[in-house]
Amino acid sequence: MARQLMKGNEAIAEAAIRAGVEAYFGYPITPQTELLEYMSRRMPELGRVFLQAESELAAINMVYGAACAGRRAMTSSSSPGISLMQEGLSYIAASEVPAVIVDVMRGGPGLGNIAPSQSDYLQMVKMAGHGDFKPIVLAPATVPEAVQLTGLAFELAERYRTIVTVLLDGVLGQMMEPVELPPMRPLPAERPAWSLTGAGGRAKNVILPFRMQPDDLETLNVRLQRKIADIAQHETRYKEYLIDEADEPAELIVVAFGTAGRIALSAVKEARQKGIRVGLHRPITLSPFPDKRLSRLADEARGFLVVEMNAGQMLEDVRLAVGGQAPVRFVGRMGGQLPMPEDILQAIEKLDAEAGRLLDHKIEGPVTLLSTARLQRRQTVN
Amino acid sequence: MIPVEPFAEQVVFQRPRALSAAPTTYCPGCMHGVAHRLVAEAIDELGIRERTILVAPVGCAVFAYNFFEVDGVVAPHGRAPALATGIKRVEPDKIVFTYQGDGDLASIGMGEIVHAAARGENLTVIFVNNAVYGMTGGQMAPTTLPGMKTTSSPLGRDPRSMGRPLKMCELLSQLDGAAYIARRSLHSPAEIRKAKKAIVEAFKTQIAGRGFSMVELLASCPTNWDMKPVDALKWIETHMVQVYPPGDYKIKAEGQED
Amino acid sequence: MMHYDFVFSGFGGQGVLFGSQLLAYAAMEAGLHVTWIPSYGPEMRGGTANCTVVISDQEIGAPVLRRPSAVVAMNYPSVQKYEPLIALGGLLVYNASLVVHPPTRADIRCAPILASEIAAELGNPKLLNVVLLGALLHLTGALPIEIVEHALEAHLPARRREMLDANRRALWKGAEAAQALLAPA
Repeated sequence: MARQLMKGNEAIAEAAIRAGVEAYFGYPITPQTELLEYMSRRMPELGRVFLQAESELAAINMVYGAACAGRRAMTSSSSPGISLMQEGLSYIAASEVPAVIVDVMRGGPGLGNIAPSQSDYLQMVKMAGHGDFKPIVLAPATVPEAVQLTGLAFELAERYRTIVTVLLDGVLGQMMEPVELPPMRPLPAERPAWSLTGAGGRAKNVILPFRMQPDDLETLNVRLQRKIADIAQHETRYKEYLIDEADEPAELIVVAFGTAGRIALSAVKEARQKGIRVGLHRPITLSPFPDKRLSRLADEARGFLVVEMNAGQMLEDVRLAVGGQAPVRFVGRMGGQLPMPEDILQAIEKLDAEAGRLLDHKIEGPVTLLSTARLQRRQTVN
Repeated sequence: MIPVEPFAEQVVFQRPRALSAAPTTYCPGCMHGVAHRLVAEAIDELGIRERTILVAPVGCAVFAYNFFEVDGVVAPHGRAPALATGIKRVEPDKIVFTYQGDGDLASIGMGEIVHAAARGENLTVIFVNNAVYGMTGGQMAPTTLPGMKTTSSPLGRDPRSMGRPLKMCELLSQLDGAAYIARRSLHSPAEIRKAKKAIVEAFKTQIAGRGFSMVELLASCPTNWDMKPVDALKWIETHMVQVYPPGDYKIKAEGQED
Repeated sequence: MMHYDFVFSGFGGQGVLFGSQLLAYAAMEAGLHVTWIPSYGPEMRGGTANCTVVISDQEIGAPVLRRPSAVVAMNYPSVQKYEPLIALGGLLVYNASLVVHPPTRADIRCAPILASEIAAELGNPKLLNVVLLGALLHLTGALPIEIVEHALEAHLPARRREMLDANRRALWKGAEAAQALLAPA
């Protein structure tokens, strides 16, 4: 199939359609609205369900309903909208029905702004709602990868009967890249045995987001935790660049996901040209987090640099994985600003200079939060 | 031998097929049992049990799935109409109904119920109005009568600071998408029979694909009203019915377009 | 290794989106890696709009840059905004028809193209974006103009089909104007 130039938001919508999404429910919010608009055209064309809900609260519960009926269902939103969906997400998690959520992150807190950000790492990975559960979180860095991970999202959601989130930022949502779309997957002829299709010729099916007895709720929780462990064992994904170079393996590891990951790649390549032995580890699954791999890299690495478009949210997980074996530094921007390759390169050079001297106890170094004002000051000094 | 007429056993009363044999968990004198039975009878009479899906609320009726022999799910507080929309949109041939209390439907779920009705969502809503939050212990509800004492309005609901009762039938009947909106009371056998007819009518509306249908049932909560069950029924008749007059608030004729 | 980055900037309606997307389509059809990203949000509503295109024969990292190496400025505010940002030795192709005070930086290449006039001569002032693209291609050598012509055929919206030939000529006219200014890179 020929390559097409597609915007991230629209490519994800088409990928979901080809993965067999039967119902889409959503509410307009920038910077994901093109996804909703695309669905409003395409879904009725295919005789599938599109509905613009009255709120994100309603949208996620419509997804919950369609999922209970055994259909592939999804919604998409952006950070503040996801906050509103947390109630429904928690119910879906407790009910163990599959659902796919796309979060095109924007700057926060509050109304924040509509500029690209990675402000929802903690919200999606750690705290997608009340109670003990974790969705699978997939973080594409390119439009083709977003297409691929959207297909995977539906597969994993069904296999594990869990929520899968495709987490990206406004850059990826708005950006166009050539993509090769997968073929249209046929819709399943039969519904899963657990789904609500009417108690005809069988005992009734009941889907419950609660267990009134503590013993029963504990049993549910134990099962959810086992599932999370099972997912961690089988579904952890990441991509690495310039780390396992045969003659010059990386001594410094940059860790970044999504758009920050691809921007960091530019900086890592430049640093390599300057002779710094640095590589990039880009987690694709933020949940499950590739902590075992990072821990193994920490056995050899001199230092780590985490790059994010937030105040250092994934940073906590990298520190846990590294476990004090090497210094972990951070460079990031907030407010819908992007760290630029030269900012990251500068941080890599700084880490390179200090990492040799940091083998003792200065593990918990300061984090560098760049801002326009700070960058201007830096420019004047230079 | 003299032929003997065999004894003809005639069933005059039995549990509806759509009602389960589970022992009730509702309080003595609670009207949910009556409301459940009416809904189950309607489902049986219409022959729709095997294609009916229940969306239960948060509140006392959170256990409703236990009492109906139909597929069911429990929605987050107030969100039942949205969840039911999700089911109905992908399963338009199924009969989907929500069963909601006054706090669930008229307070936290106001947005969902209004929009489901406005869209003309082809669902049936059974709305049980007993003027208090039952599950949490008798707090003031949006339907609490002026002057009525509750655990969160201990001196009585003062309309000047606590607002006035929300009349959902009156409100929703204004929406073009609403096809059948009726209020009935459960305080006497005669009223209960009328309620049953309204429930059947609501399901028929959905079966015919005419759009949103809702039956509001005025019910008592002796536990939280702190009354004997019989007195509570009287109180419905002497107090609630005045504020919430039973009647048909909207009947969209067959074939009538929006 | 081949790697180009371009910013297209101008008023809404000047064809910033189409001009930059045309380049992206051409790069895709040439089998290259390409990213196209617009400024979005309130910036869209009034003021200048801009798009960044990165073309490479390798996987593209950063799709945006602080200091672009080539800028197409369709109006004066765009020249004001990008002249100080362009990387050392970079290129500023601008619509001289709308720029009163020309750029002054000596450490970049500046190419004044009378794009609005050329477009008007071709019969449609809206072709100024394609004229400037033709000049950019000539000055950078990023892609052969023939490939962009091909992309035009494939991606010109149906409602503007009758403009295909004028668009083609606009590309070549832009390249000619650039040729007249200075030698290609």
